[in-house]
Amino acid sequence: MSGFDVTVVGGGLVGAAIAYGLAGKGLKTAILDEGDIAHRASRGNFGLVWVQGKGHGRPEYATWTLTSAELWHDFAQQLQDETGIDVEHSNQGGVFLNLSAEEEVGHRAVLEDIKRSLGNRPYSFEFMDRAALLDWLPGLGPDVVSGCYSPHDGHANPLKLLRALHQAFQARGGQYRPHHPVTAMTAINGGVRLTTPDGDIESAKVVIAAGLGTQRLAAMAGLYAPVGPNQGQLLITERVDAQLKLPTNLVRQTGEGGLMLGFSNEEAGYDTMTRPVLLKNIAWRCRQAFPFIGGLKVVRSWAALRIMTPDGFPIYDRAPEMPGVHVATCHSGVTLAAVHAQRLPDWIAGAALPDDMTCFETGRFNVQAVS
Amino acid sequence: MFRPYRDTDDATVRIHFEGQALDVPAGETVAAALLANGVSVFRTTPVSGAERGPYCMIGVCFECLVEIDALANRQACQIQVRDGMQIRRQAGAVAAVP
Repeated sequence: MSGFDVTVVGGGLVGAAIAYGLAGKGLKTAILDEGDIAHRASRGNFGLVWVQGKGHGRPEYATWTLTSAELWHDFAQQLQDETGIDVEHSNQGGVFLNLSAEEEVGHRAVLEDIKRSLGNRPYSFEFMDRAALLDWLPGLGPDVVSGCYSPHDGHANPLKLLRALHQAFQARGGQYRPHHPVTAMTAINGGVRLTTPDGDIESAKVVIAAGLGTQRLAAMAGLYAPVGPNQGQLLITERVDAQLKLPTNLVRQTGEGGLMLGFSNEEAGYDTMTRPVLLKNIAWRCRQAFPFIGGLKVVRSWAALRIMTPDGFPIYDRAPEMPGVHVATCHSGVTLAAVHAQRLPDWIAGAALPDDMTCFETGRFNVQAVS
Repeated sequence: MFRPYRDTDDATVRIHFEGQALDVPAGETVAAALLANGVSVFRTTPVSGAERGPYCMIGVCFECLVEIDALANRQACQIQVRDGMQIRRQAGAVAAVP
């Protein structure tokens, strides 16, 4: 068959990471993307490579996240070698700041649950008082009850990551085609035909990694992959010399010096407008953690839409009715970029999903619908 | 490098750049006033220390940042000159923690 070995539908962080990995296996790969006005969570991301607290009640997700964080250093190095782009990855750990005793108790209980659920897998965290955190986080205020340091956490620049993935993908021979929305999907002999306004594209396999468009596209292949928008807002300050050496759940300092202040979680449909009351609450909480932030100027704020499944966990599945079609979606495109690039390509090439990942198939939503 | 595009006999105000007094047309922006007086380097960057000056002149690019009346990171192209204004170049990132 002419055409591609694999066509990835979606050029955000998830699609680009997978496509980059596929191209690295020597597969002839294309990315079909929308244009600049697409909803693009990858451009609104806070940029954490974050482990602590993820996977409560779903140890497979904690494991998947931990594995990605462990692979991230080499992944970032490889991207830099191939593109010259430094994605500003740091894996020196991260701190979850507790602003009340209740918050600390709750966070500790969650982390202890996760640690227990992981058995022998190392899962480290340490609660520290404010004074012990000041070397890493100068300016931490007296309202901070404690911070939970985890060496597994880190951060990166999501915009540079997206750019590096695209550049590296194309350097590996991948073809990027923007303005190619997929309007139909048809099984053909030996593969799949994708219909776009600019013509049909045939490939042996397809990966749907289209963020909020995933549900519509998966339905074309007979797969129920429910996703919906969850709005997050954040702010960024002027560039300053603040010496914040570690990212936190509230504030992180970017490579250029700006402080990112995060973030809200809101059900707002497809609304991407910021709202002053939410921004005020974010700024207020971050200033509680770091009082000096009250004296800084905010230079930008924005809203973006996370891609949420009903249970908050990713979807990795194949369409039984249309052989060759895969679905991959999640809300942690930065954290999981390393496993998406390094582990999913084998699965897409034909290997079975590892046993501990079959829980991410879509069958779990059908069960819920029945019960 | 720059000259006014029209003759003006408007009132002037006295501003100070790096301690040097400059008489400039009232109503100008800080960026226009400094450029007209031959100032091209307004700051150095926080990351590499490279020199920067005004680029867009419409408040978008944040290249023209200067310290005005002891407050850093102000957009020179968005602020009008005022009599007695003290303007300084800024070097790299400004310390945020007192």
